Amino acid sequence: MSTLEHPVIEVRDLVKTYGDGETQIKALAGVDLAVHRGEYLAIMGVSGSGKTTLMNILGCLDVQTSGRYLLDGVDVSTFDDRQLARVRNRRIGFVFQMFSLIPRTSVLANVELPLAYAGMKAADRRRRARAALTTVGLGDRADHEPNQLSGGQQQRVAVARALVTAPTLILADEPTGNLDSTSSAEVLEVLDHLNRIGRTVVLITHDHRVAQHAHRLIELVDGRVVTDEPIRRSPAGESYDGRHRPRTGPSSEAVPA
Amino acid sequence: MTTIEAIRLAIRAVVANKLRSGLTVLGILIGVAAVILLVAVGNGSAKAVQQNIEQLGSDTLTISTATARGAGARVQSGALTMDLVDALTNREATPDVKSVSPVVTGAQGVSFEGTAHTVSQFIGTTPSYLEAVNDTVARGASFTDDDVRSHHRVVVLGAGAAARLFRDADPIGKQVTVGVARFTVVGLLGQKGGLTFADPNDVAIAPITAAQEAVSGYGPLNQILVQAVAADRVGAARSQAQAVLNEKLHVTNAANQPFQILSQSQLLTARSDTARTFTVFLGAVAALSLLVGGIGITNIMMVTVTERTREIGIRKALGAPKRTLLTQFLTEATVLSLIGGLLGVVAAIVGSQFTILGIHPEILPSSIALALGVSVAIGLFFGSYPASRAAGLRPIDALRYE
Repeated sequence: MSTLEHPVIEVRDLVKTYGDGETQIKALAGVDLAVHRGEYLAIMGVSGSGKTTLMNILGCLDVQTSGRYLLDGVDVSTFDDRQLARVRNRRIGFVFQMFSLIPRTSVLANVELPLAYAGMKAADRRRRARAALTTVGLGDRADHEPNQLSGGQQQRVAVARALVTAPTLILADEPTGNLDSTSSAEVLEVLDHLNRIGRTVVLITHDHRVAQHAHRLIELVDGRVVTDEPIRRSPAGESYDGRHRPRTGPSSEAVPA
Repeated sequence: MTTIEAIRLAIRAVVANKLRSGLTVLGILIGVAAVILLVAVGNGSAKAVQQNIEQLGSDTLTISTATARGAGARVQSGALTMDLVDALTNREATPDVKSVSPVVTGAQGVSFEGTAHTVSQFIGTTPSYLEAVNDTVARGASFTDDDVRSHHRVVVLGAGAAARLFRDADPIGKQVTVGVARFTVVGLLGQKGGLTFADPNDVAIAPITAAQEAVSGYGPLNQILVQAVAADRVGAARSQAQAVLNEKLHVTNAANQPFQILSQSQLLTARSDTARTFTVFLGAVAALSLLVGGIGITNIMMVTVTERTREIGIRKALGAPKRTLLTQFLTEATVLSLIGGLLGVVAAIVGSQFTILGIHPEILPSSIALALGVSVAIGLFFGSYPASRAAGLRPIDALRYE
């Protein structure tokens, strides 16, 4: 693939301001960031630090005020609505906080949705959606409706929907924000698995324990990157993190600041 | 996303909110049913008029007092009197006239043993009237010229009036009270087809002398009915009658006659014109209700879009193009109005089985096609604003919406 030489995400001096004049707020004050293929990145920060704004821009849901954003080597800031919709559809898989499934619509139909928007034929769609559901361990729930599933299961469906188009980037915004620790562990396990099989995952969270799953940590304060470093982890029990939460130690080692 | 999928999706969304969708559909249903049914009523009445023109034949003329134009034109001598009837009957002056029937008419309260009914047309006339208007006596007999001369209080009832007064009893020979006088029923008229908006069977016909004496008083006649010897002699009969009247009433100004002569077909044409105007008017009212139904669709789609803002945001994040969302909500609006349209057609077909205002509605197939087409157009038109609002939402705004 020719895109291999480009970083998946390349951000240079990204600035986003809201409002103007006296009431102007600088949500992002010059962010530089490069994310390479296969990376597992956590973006942390307290609310108001600009992480949601950053995620909206990375997800092509919003446009920066200034600076450059190259997704897969392509500058998306010049794209119109239609092109942005295509980018979101083909290159980015979103996992939002809760309630991101379409209600009263079967799990399978929910997972098929991005493929339907991409214009794929129904039979192909169904096959790929079932495969994605199997990946997240919900192959047997295809015909259920979202409200028949637990929160963790719903979130895993959302992950299946994010990966079904084989996007360049999976963008998870507080995917465990509304889940109990058991469900969180389920969802994080699925994201870990996706990263192990080569997907680029960007995880946005304010929870250190969740961030521990990633391999690299970015911390935002007042719209600037203050920390950017790899996360070291103890070799055992990677997948149990959410449940047993033993790893506050390595985290504080990893973030000396 | 194919059209079939879009429609399936829309139906699912419509069904998800049964009550709300049902009420919206009801608005369109009423509009469409009203349009089809009222056009059917108009069509039915036009057909009835047509039949009556054929049934009545075109050999009769009606002479009535002209509506006074301004105070100066009010002519006392315009009143129709029995003298004129005698003059018109003169064979030498009017060789093409077969019969002349004076008519006094009005609504009258008639009662029989406690059952009271207002007969919409209580007619005092001569026996020739029945032949002139193609009335047939189904049972019993008509009154005779002798009854007229002798002021006999006898009456012939129309089928509708008889049914209302007597229900199951046999009316022949019974005495009914008209006003304060008692009349003996001697005959019953056969059933007659609907003319326009009045029931032609709700009549009672009595000798003019008895009617004037006991009921209407000796005022002027309401009409004089002239029957020509043949349909193709109507023109001749008309000019002969005109000449007699001009002479009798001393008419000098031909442009301002105190009376008017109309042929039966002219009367019916006038009536069918009235019916058509009425139909257009009713159709316009029905179309208004369709418009209100359409606004209902806009309203409910606005609610739907607001309610599903987050869903729209998610769809956008998943890469739904503007067009797809526009199509989705437009389809939903169209499905709503089309369901309303189809149910409206069913309601109209059911409604047309009943007689409305004495008219048997006849549904025009083209009106069904038109109503369905219009209901689709309404869905597209009234759904377009909410749909474009949904499609135009910015993804982050939609996602943030709670």
